[in-house]
Amino acid sequence: MLPRSTLADVQRSFSRRWFLKDCGLGLGSVALASLLGNDPASAASVIPSPHMAGLPHFPAKAKNVIFLFMGGAPSHLDLFDNKPVLRQLDGTSPPAELLKGYRSAFIRPENKLLGSRFPFKTYGSCGMEMAEILPHIGSCADDITLVRSMYTEAFNHAPAQILMSTGSQQFGRPSLGSWVSYGLGSENKNLPAFVVMSSGLKGPSGGNANWSSGFLPSVHDGVSFNSTGEPVLYLANPKGITRAQQRQTIEAVNFLNHKRFESIGDPEISSRIAAFEMAFRMQDVAPEVTDISLEPESILDMYGAEPGQRSFANNCLLARRLVERGVRFVELFHESWDQHGNLTRDLQKNCKDVDQACAALVSDLKQRGLLNETLVIWGGEFGRTPMVQGGNDGRDHHPNAFTMWMAGGGTKGGITLGTTDDLGFNAQDDKVHIHDLNATILHLLGIDHTRLTYRAQGRDFRLTDVHGNVVHKILT
Amino acid sequence: MRIAFLTAAAALPLVAHAAPVDFTREVQPILSQNCYACHGPDEASIEGGLRLDRRELALKGGDSGKAIVPGDPAASLILERISHPDPDTVMPPPDKKPPLTPKQIAILRQWIAEGAVWREHWAFVPPKRPAIPAVEGKTWVRNPIDAFVLAKLEAEGLEPSPPADPATLLRRLSLDLTGLPPTLAELASLAKPDAAADRLLASPHFGERQAREWLDAARYADSAGYEKDLPRYHHFYRDWVVAAMNSNMPYDDFIMKQIAGDLLPNATQDDRIATGFLRNSMTNEEGGAKPEQFRIEGVFDRIDAIGKSMLGLTAQCAQCHSHKYDPLTHDEYFGIYAFLNGIDETSIAARTPSETQATKAILAGVVSIDDVLRKSSDDREHAFVTWQQDMLALPRTEWHPLELYQLGDSGQKYLPLPDKSVMNMGYADTRSIEGFKSSLELPELRAARLEIMNDPYLPMNGPGRSTRGTGTLSEFVLRAGATPDKVEKLAFTSAVASINPPVTKLDPMRFPSSATREPDDRTTGPAAFAIDGDEKTGWTTERDPARNHDPAVITFELAEPFRADGTIHFKYNLVQRHGGLNSDDNQTFNLGRIRLSVAATLPNALDQLPPFVAEALKTDPAKRTPDQERRLFAHWRENNPHFATETAAIEALYAKVPEPTWALVAAEVAQARETRLFERGDQTQPKQVVEPHVPAFLHPLPPGDPTSRLTFAKWLVDPASPVAARVVVNRVWQASFGTGLLETSEDFGHQAATPSHPELLDWLACEFMESGWDMKRLHRLIVTSATYQQSSVGSASLRQDDPRNRLLARGPRFRVAAETVRDIQLTSSGLLDPALGGRSIFPPAPRYLFERPLSYGPKTWFIETDSNRYRRALYTFRFRSVPYPMLVTFDAPAGTISCARRNVSTTPLQALVTLNEQVSLEAAVGLAHVMLSDSGTLRDKIARAFERCTSRRPDAYEIDVLVSVYESRLADEAEQVREFLDEYRPVTLDLSAHAQTELSAAAAVARVLLNLDETIVKN
Repeated sequence: MLPRSTLADVQRSFSRRWFLKDCGLGLGSVALASLLGNDPASAASVIPSPHMAGLPHFPAKAKNVIFLFMGGAPSHLDLFDNKPVLRQLDGTSPPAELLKGYRSAFIRPENKLLGSRFPFKTYGSCGMEMAEILPHIGSCADDITLVRSMYTEAFNHAPAQILMSTGSQQFGRPSLGSWVSYGLGSENKNLPAFVVMSSGLKGPSGGNANWSSGFLPSVHDGVSFNSTGEPVLYLANPKGITRAQQRQTIEAVNFLNHKRFESIGDPEISSRIAAFEMAFRMQDVAPEVTDISLEPESILDMYGAEPGQRSFANNCLLARRLVERGVRFVELFHESWDQHGNLTRDLQKNCKDVDQACAALVSDLKQRGLLNETLVIWGGEFGRTPMVQGGNDGRDHHPNAFTMWMAGGGTKGGITLGTTDDLGFNAQDDKVHIHDLNATILHLLGIDHTRLTYRAQGRDFRLTDVHGNVVHKILT
Repeated sequence: MRIAFLTAAAALPLVAHAAPVDFTREVQPILSQNCYACHGPDEASIEGGLRLDRRELALKGGDSGKAIVPGDPAASLILERISHPDPDTVMPPPDKKPPLTPKQIAILRQWIAEGAVWREHWAFVPPKRPAIPAVEGKTWVRNPIDAFVLAKLEAEGLEPSPPADPATLLRRLSLDLTGLPPTLAELASLAKPDAAADRLLASPHFGERQAREWLDAARYADSAGYEKDLPRYHHFYRDWVVAAMNSNMPYDDFIMKQIAGDLLPNATQDDRIATGFLRNSMTNEEGGAKPEQFRIEGVFDRIDAIGKSMLGLTAQCAQCHSHKYDPLTHDEYFGIYAFLNGIDETSIAARTPSETQATKAILAGVVSIDDVLRKSSDDREHAFVTWQQDMLALPRTEWHPLELYQLGDSGQKYLPLPDKSVMNMGYADTRSIEGFKSSLELPELRAARLEIMNDPYLPMNGPGRSTRGTGTLSEFVLRAGATPDKVEKLAFTSAVASINPPVTKLDPMRFPSSATREPDDRTTGPAAFAIDGDEKTGWTTERDPARNHDPAVITFELAEPFRADGTIHFKYNLVQRHGGLNSDDNQTFNLGRIRLSVAATLPNALDQLPPFVAEALKTDPAKRTPDQERRLFAHWRENNPHFATETAAIEALYAKVPEPTWALVAAEVAQARETRLFERGDQTQPKQVVEPHVPAFLHPLPPGDPTSRLTFAKWLVDPASPVAARVVVNRVWQASFGTGLLETSEDFGHQAATPSHPELLDWLACEFMESGWDMKRLHRLIVTSATYQQSSVGSASLRQDDPRNRLLARGPRFRVAAETVRDIQLTSSGLLDPALGGRSIFPPAPRYLFERPLSYGPKTWFIETDSNRYRRALYTFRFRSVPYPMLVTFDAPAGTISCARRNVSTTPLQALVTLNEQVSLEAAVGLAHVMLSDSGTLRDKIARAFERCTSRRPDAYEIDVLVSVYESRLADEAEQVREFLDEYRPVTLDLSAHAQTELSAAAAVARVLLNLDETIVKN
């Protein structure tokens, strides 16, 4: 705050004349902050402040995260986890002992086994095996860490996605991105720390709870961005209102708010002033950030992005633009992998939508030198059954084994972790639970997952609850 | 290193302070936070055999010896261990917790030296009315609240703030009691605060304001949650809460009815609606969901909500293991579970009082027509009786119900019932082709019969799954064969049903075949539609709101008898293609509970009677109920062409019966469910049977009462409860002051914060119980206190020393709740439609939020185009997966779990809402209209608009600023002005009286006003 005498001078200068002469027409940016002195304390309360005290706990390998959430749950058996034995046993019954205590979502568990219809090949100098329909992701194999031994407990979409997003099947917990925002804050004063985007056939199952801040302060909520239309909800000036008029409104609001602050001294008012200033800056910055048409043709082609469309490719490109500008955590929901039927047709289509853009994201980050500080994560909420559903071309939900991959941000690249049994039914070696994945993500960000806590409802909560082991084998 | 540590340890103070240590406030928090995780109530995780949560166990010590020897710090192992230099020995283990501070160690040392006095956790000991403290500043004290507050201020050497100015106080009272800002007339009236409080307490808007608080804790929403997030019609429950608050229902009744209103003798519709609290749990209708799995999740959620909202306990921990910090055991958790496990998730056809009255009158009209008809002629009575005798003389067809199992895996779940019917549960496909298989020993097959039956699980008892409890069968296909894999389609000569509705086009609003809801050519109608080979025609059970819930039956006669040697194998399909396109929107028209039977003989008229009529007919005439007698006569009359006139008159009456609302309620299952403890809370790991019982650390169940949910409900609000009254008075306090006397309003356990004024909390709790749990009296007591009526400004030093106002040396000042932000916008702008209650409404929001891929599925969001658009935010439709953006941005919870206190944040996204969102802008134009319609000079108009928003008159300087905004905007481009006004013209206003440029300039001023911090703050 300025001393009172200075303030009185400033106030005098803010006469009617000031509003008439300068505010609507003259000054190039929100002037009040610079004129009245920026109060860092108030600004900190409205945007996630950079780094909570004591964080990072140790030097971070990754600065940012891009989580490509493949909602609906892609088939590990057809994309990442080649099972020759399953192919041989196609059309036969699964062994009864395997199914003991198994709960399936739709099918009768004793349905016949379904071998993959998709050929696999090896990629990269590391010789990583993936399906042929993933040529682009395959081309990044040497940067990719493939984890074939993921498992979870939930086998319905909403509980499983909530578990993947928040570390709990219980609604009401903060999401991974919110925890990261809470721990590390934003590197950009004009953009939120945690941004989410959506593409595909549907929205995430469980909706808003996937990016909610839960009991953490709401400032850590994921903010929904769009690669088409309004970049952020209510970001656009009202119809018929020019930028200058909008600025005048905000100036007047903040001016009167400041006057009120001077008379009653509640620091909450200065927080609100800071919030309006950031809102205005966001109005300036976000449309530019989200305008992917500013990218060169070669980059658009690389991703397969088409400005004006709502697509996964556009969102991938936008994700890169956001992390470039210091957005801490970007999560892309792409919900279209729930192949109970038409597995062959729809997997081909999905891979066409996704393969090139994911690979472009990894390569693009790499060519900009951002990959080593950006952790890219790809995967769904569970896997799919080796048993068939719906005639001869579908798979049901399956929690016991699935595959995810990561790239950059301190992961080794060119390695495969974990195995599943011959049918791809159970993860067996180096099993990685979602809690372990979360512990590892936090670790790469320089956070000890056991020490990032928040007191709510009578106890200290953690993203990983009482679980989670860092998967050291995949770290550089 | 070691030496350095010892030196530091040696320097520890031996005593913490001169006064004796207070166990509750000083010692227990240290033990709870640092020790209980391994030495607390959870038996399963006890380390070293030591428990520190109860005195006798702590004194007994652990494997290493005596942890605590009262009066002898040197002999007490605990002191040695917490200050031990060896990291392998020191407690708590360094990898789990940071070491205790020297101050904490000194407190423990002094406490042991003073005899290790142990007291029960304060919140688990029933409150005793404390003496009202003596204070110096008696003149300030308006009621005992002030004495408690002032005593503490005087002890701190502080003085209360002066009273708030009358306008500020009126605003505070209005926002706290009704949630609406005062009008200019109210501000000008100079009513005394106490009189204003009485007026506001009597306002019907009081209930709306208070309901909002409770609905957070009750996790109210208008949708089911999880993936599909189907819309619900749950507003009767919301309105019940509003009415309960308005009628000042005693809090103990209020709680008791929500837990067990259905079990009260002669339970009314309202009593049953109250149990909607239990139905606020989410339900998962996604395709793969097991109904039983999510029923159990629902019970867990109810315990969580009861814990946070009524008991002040975070019970969730004990779902998996005994609570780490509070004495709630794993077994006791399931004891509570057992009380709630018998809940049937059912629904009733709810009607408002006027709808009930209209329905009664119509049904009385029907009865009187039939009564007149029946009594007017002896011949007629004779003919009626003869018909009954003829019917009863018909041969009884021997029906063989088929044991069914589901085919395919389309996602609908079937529950086989003992009577060989199956319930279609969980995910409700909108259009399905259900295939079933069965087999039966039967010499010959000549007919099939499908019964569509009632079940409490179905909407309003069914028999169908539509939102009206009805269903439609598009086509029935029966195949039979001598072996399971060789079945042939059988031809029917006829289908005859108990009801044959007239041919009706499908309503495209209810069952749209396309997203645009264009009419399609599907129809519903009589029985023949089920076998006409046309899936666009279907036989329906739907008739009218009075008779939609009658079970129905349809029989099918085979063209040729079918024979196999011994066993006949069946495959049949229930083609149900009359639903809408969207399985995320309650557009199903499927059948609910069904039973298929076959016969070796042809059916007769007896088989085709409506099931209720058949039952009446088969009942001894002397034992028939009046209702059975009427149904029987009505059926005879309907099928007798002589009475076409009367039947037409009666049908015309039935058509006027108002449509009821599908209201979710709880009921008790007919057959009790066994409760088993789940190992680690995992429902696939059931262990021993647990009988209903309550936690031992709380008060006992009332002796002699049956072990029922009703008894449990009464126990929750028993005057002997240590928590019930404290929890609610604390939450009412929180609503007024922003923070409760106990900050952690959902948690009164060992991990809770320390109350700022423990004696005041207890005094209020006792006063509240003794007043008969009188909510309005409690509110009045608080708002008429001098404490409440202080100015919120406070000196700089006070703000510095007590930033969160825990000492209450000033009045409350904080940003109002999300709903109040909206209500202030609407009230200040004159747009508010103050109507109470009814269905939830759909205010403007961008369509894309409710479409894929932002929403999981497309959601119903038909934006209101009349004054409903400007109803109070309480009535905004709440989808859990897509919460209304304006509300969620201002910290309204999504209703997925119980919330006893909200976050209060200040974010840039909030600024974007009030600056750029549709309703905020319509409010600005509304306020501009009010401003320009006002009298006086421009300055007067602006000043009054300012006052409408903030309840304060602006000073000249503030008016200067706003005038400058106005004047600068008079020069706006006409084209832009038009664009602005076209977009944001309130739908209820005629703005033709104003010049457009003036309107737009005034709207610019209004936007500034509506965005002021002061406008959305209670001060």
